[in-house]
Amino acid sequence: MTLLSCKNTSIVLSGTTVVDDFSMQLSAGELVGLIGPNGAGKSTLLRALAGVYPVQSGHIRLLDKELSTYSTAERARHLAWLAQSGPINWPLSVERLVALGRTPHQRAWQRTSVSELGIIDRVLAETDCQNLRHRDATSLSGGERARVLLARALASEPTVLLADEPVAALDLAHQLQTMELLRNFAHNSTACLVVLHDLSLAARYCDKLILMDKGRLVAAGSPRQVLTVEALREVYGVEAEISNEGIPWVLPKRLI
Amino acid sequence: MRIQFGLLAALVVCLFFGSLAVGPEPISLWSSVAAALKGEASIPAIILTEIRLPRALIAIFAGATLGLCGAAMQGLLRNPLASPGLVGSSSGAALFAVFFLYFYANNTGNWLLPLVGMAGALGATVLVYALAGRQASITTIILAGVAINALATALMSLLLNLAPSPYAVRELVLWTLGDLSDRSMQDLYLMLPATLLGWAMLLGIGYQLNALTLGEQTAGTLGINTNRLRWRVFIAVALAVGACVATTGMIGFIGLAVPHLLRSLVAHDPGRLLPASALGGASMLLAADICVRLVPTDAPLKVGVVTALVGAPFFLHLVLRSRREYL
Repeated sequence: MTLLSCKNTSIVLSGTTVVDDFSMQLSAGELVGLIGPNGAGKSTLLRALAGVYPVQSGHIRLLDKELSTYSTAERARHLAWLAQSGPINWPLSVERLVALGRTPHQRAWQRTSVSELGIIDRVLAETDCQNLRHRDATSLSGGERARVLLARALASEPTVLLADEPVAALDLAHQLQTMELLRNFAHNSTACLVVLHDLSLAARYCDKLILMDKGRLVAAGSPRQVLTVEALREVYGVEAEISNEGIPWVLPKRLI
Repeated sequence: MRIQFGLLAALVVCLFFGSLAVGPEPISLWSSVAAALKGEASIPAIILTEIRLPRALIAIFAGATLGLCGAAMQGLLRNPLASPGLVGSSSGAALFAVFFLYFYANNTGNWLLPLVGMAGALGATVLVYALAGRQASITTIILAGVAINALATALMSLLLNLAPSPYAVRELVLWTLGDLSDRSMQDLYLMLPATLLGWAMLLGIGYQLNALTLGEQTAGTLGINTNRLRWRVFIAVALAVGACVATTGMIGFIGLAVPHLLRSLVAHDPGRLLPASALGGASMLLAADICVRLVPTDAPLKVGVVTALVGAPFFLHLVLRSRREYL
């Protein structure tokens, strides 16, 4: 079942076409990696899919409805967006910050219920943030902060998770842990679209990859189909070696 | 958390009775309260109900408004230096009120004054918002606010400059200093409707301000309509602060300092800071107004001067503390 899709979508930001006639879809149970060089329009596409940016043309559908017909509150119950190094403006405790992820499911005066506390415990454990629980969220290191913000996004229990570079600041162990977490999340009949720069990590964990360049779709399909020597030369301008057997890994060698 | 709110509420109650007990005429609080409750027309009862009670109640409502609106603005703009006056509401209200006093009335008890003040506050707020544009960033809003505040201050100076007599200048200047003396229940009733309407508009925005901790875009994906929230806060602040400024004159620093002081008490939670700052603001204005009556000076001290005198060293303390944190 398709959970989120966009068709012929174009996004213009201050006169520049950042996403150009882009179509893609995200099905239940899929972890899809969105890859491409800097400035390819990955983050902009993700923001448009999350309803943060308006689209100039094309259609975005979430579940069975056009995204623009959702109310802000209704959209928030289905969809979570994890910003690339998003701000934390006040020194709240990590626990309180993660609890903000429950906002779409709460009413104005409602306190966090016992079952919600259970969800918060679970996501803190999944992201390995239990020991940070009572820390001031603004005092965390870059990697800790990224994990806490991921926990926040997971706490809203979305149907679709849009994660913008969630592993960029993480150490090796936490990179693997986070990718595994995202895969488990997606395989639970929800779906996750994740922006990644580490192509080997993307190939290893994602069910599907979407390669984007200059706002346009270059290739979409299994990691083996998308990651080719020619595509990397064409899009990244890099001569790379790609392993032939099993899960592909990418070794960049030199600039062209 | 409950304990902190209880203590703040208790502080407001204590200071309220303190404010009733203090004044140039030494009256016994308990016997005058008893006399007033019995409906006696004795002098202590009249001093209590006609002079001290309105003054204390106006201090509570105006102080709470300034604290609450300061906390709401700081939460909305996610800037600890935001104040209720940032989007022009206090200077707009003051300008219109001074203008009104200058041309049409010579006493502060006029029933039109709060309306004029609110009109000024709303006008200035709408102007700031129009100037900044619909999808404005916070910096643009702050810049627009600074511009409108500067314009309002300049026009007020012009009015003072062109005032017909030194006596009129003195009246106007004294009024802009912020004062709670010689207010009647009439003044309170005039200020209350708009003030309470502003408070009511701010009810239930706590969770939205909390979500804003993660930035406007993420708050949007958490189901918060950030544009609507902005309008709601700006208009509520304009209504409540406009009515208060028109009644009491400009009282600085409460809206800025109180949320600052109380933030760590509520674990930096922007939503819980709202009621805490309302209680804190009421306490601070009551305390300052008691202080005004206790310090013997030749000319009567104005409460706005006291809050400013207390506020400035407080910010010096903040500067020193943040310097220590960066070292």
